[in-house]
Amino acid sequence: MSAALQTRNLCKKFGGFSAARDVTLTIEQGARHALIGPNGAGKTTLVNLLTGFLEPTSGEVFLKGENVTRLAQHQRVKRGLARTFQINSLFADMTVLESMTLAVCERLGFGWHWWRPVGDHAAAVDEAATLLASLRLADVANEKTRNLAYGKQRLIEIALALAAGPQVLLLDEPAAGVPTSESRELFETIARLPREVTIVLIEHDMDLVFRFADRISVLVNGALLTENTPQEIARDKRVKEVYLGEALDG
Amino acid sequence: MAIIPSPVDLAPLRRAPAWRTAEYICWLLPVAAYFLFPTSLSLLSQMAITGLFALSLDLILGYAGIVSLGHVAFFGVGAYAAGLLAKYGYGDPLLGLAIAGTVAAAVGYLSSFLVLRGSDLTRLMVTLGVAMMLFEAANKLTEFTGGVDGLQGVDMKPVLGLFRFDLYGKTAYWYSVAVLFVFFWLARRIVHSPFGLSLRGIKQNVIRMPAIGAPVHARLAAVYTLGAAYAGVAGALLTQTTQFVSLDVLSFPRSAAVMLMLVLGGTGSLYGALIGTLVFMTAHHFLSNLNPQYWQFWLGAVLVLVVLFARDGIMGIAQTVIKRVRGKA
Repeated sequence: MSAALQTRNLCKKFGGFSAARDVTLTIEQGARHALIGPNGAGKTTLVNLLTGFLEPTSGEVFLKGENVTRLAQHQRVKRGLARTFQINSLFADMTVLESMTLAVCERLGFGWHWWRPVGDHAAAVDEAATLLASLRLADVANEKTRNLAYGKQRLIEIALALAAGPQVLLLDEPAAGVPTSESRELFETIARLPREVTIVLIEHDMDLVFRFADRISVLVNGALLTENTPQEIARDKRVKEVYLGEALDG
Repeated sequence: MAIIPSPVDLAPLRRAPAWRTAEYICWLLPVAAYFLFPTSLSLLSQMAITGLFALSLDLILGYAGIVSLGHVAFFGVGAYAAGLLAKYGYGDPLLGLAIAGTVAAAVGYLSSFLVLRGSDLTRLMVTLGVAMMLFEAANKLTEFTGGVDGLQGVDMKPVLGLFRFDLYGKTAYWYSVAVLFVFFWLARRIVHSPFGLSLRGIKQNVIRMPAIGAPVHARLAAVYTLGAAYAGVAGALLTQTTQFVSLDVLSFPRSAAVMLMLVLGGTGSLYGALIGTLVFMTAHHFLSNLNPQYWQFWLGAVLVLVVLFARDGIMGIAQTVIKRVRGKA
């Protein structure tokens, strides 16, 4: 069986600065894979390279064995790769239900339908509603996104990615800016996602990472330092040096 | 599996495309105007035509967020296409509309590849540049377009073979209003469809759209083409109802004016385009009679106030007022 997501010698240069150096990474089907590393290690750059938001300077990306390096973002989404954004990237003036229906319509291939009203596309509306209910967002479904509390918006950030029906889901600091009490709820939601969905998680809270992940990759200065199980990573001296060292300094 | 009733209230989403009472009343106004102002039919026809033009800009600016200062290019292309067709013997009005709309759509589709590159500033400049080139081309090709003298000899056949264009402009008025209504109705369907929703998505968050699987560039090219077709139909209507094409159909002031009307009325609501046109042209009509040189001063003042304090134009103000009234009731 091929891996869910793979990179081969991935490099990204911004002028003279290397944000990704020769990253070769394999993320197994169904994994709970965390990407950690100090600030500026290139974690978000790597997510942007995986999703096609950025084009690599060199190297390749494979999604379920298929080379997707030259595919645009929306084409990768169609093939089952979805992401969330570190900073909320929502549809502020739509109701929550509208924005979810929008995302489900795109997945079901209704995005070009120009005649029948959105509300008549029952398959899309029902699925959007079901998804909202499962994330306990039913009561705010008809609120404008911009009027919701930050924690709820963070949940919608994830809901929009889920609406794309991903087989591989990239979560870029899903709990960033959320108070601790709410972030626990957020992670329970993430933990409940079906096992078939492969999850790549970027997260700063090490407690969460070690509880959630079954595999951890450590990035430093754009390069992969090591990859292992949480137990081994916790024991790894080099990781402690770069990662925890920095955390202590910071 | 048992069917569990959805805890999510789907009614607001389902209700969104239904026609409201205020809309029916709004569309009775053109009928009332016919009886109230029988001597101003030519001005009223111009309003309907300009309203359609403003609507075409609302589709691309108000719904998809593409800024354009050269939207007149498609209006002009449609106007000349309809004029030339009628001049060379194909004077059927509906055929003229169809062909003018198609030609304008083709020009729109081709220019979309230039326009959709880059930022808002690039778009403003490219749309302006394309319109300027077309203006000068029409100016130079005098054998074809009549240049500054305008295109003469536009000979229209009766609408549907039944209604001749009369001296009082009755046929022209009903024809313009009917075409405006049909195209408005179509636009209204489109903006409430999944395609229309995706345009709003692009306008609100162009970064997120590819991440939910939407081909942003193709959608924008499609709506730009649609907007061009609408503008072309509006241009063709002007030609057919006046039986003349002046070079002014491609002029920059017309582009600027339609943008002003749309902003005044409010973008992204379809009705804003119509209300803006109505208010702008009525104000123009009365103020320029009172004070022919300085009416633009007051227009300028109103626009500055709208952009600074009422971003959603007249429609935005109306909605706020309605909300307040309902909130108190």
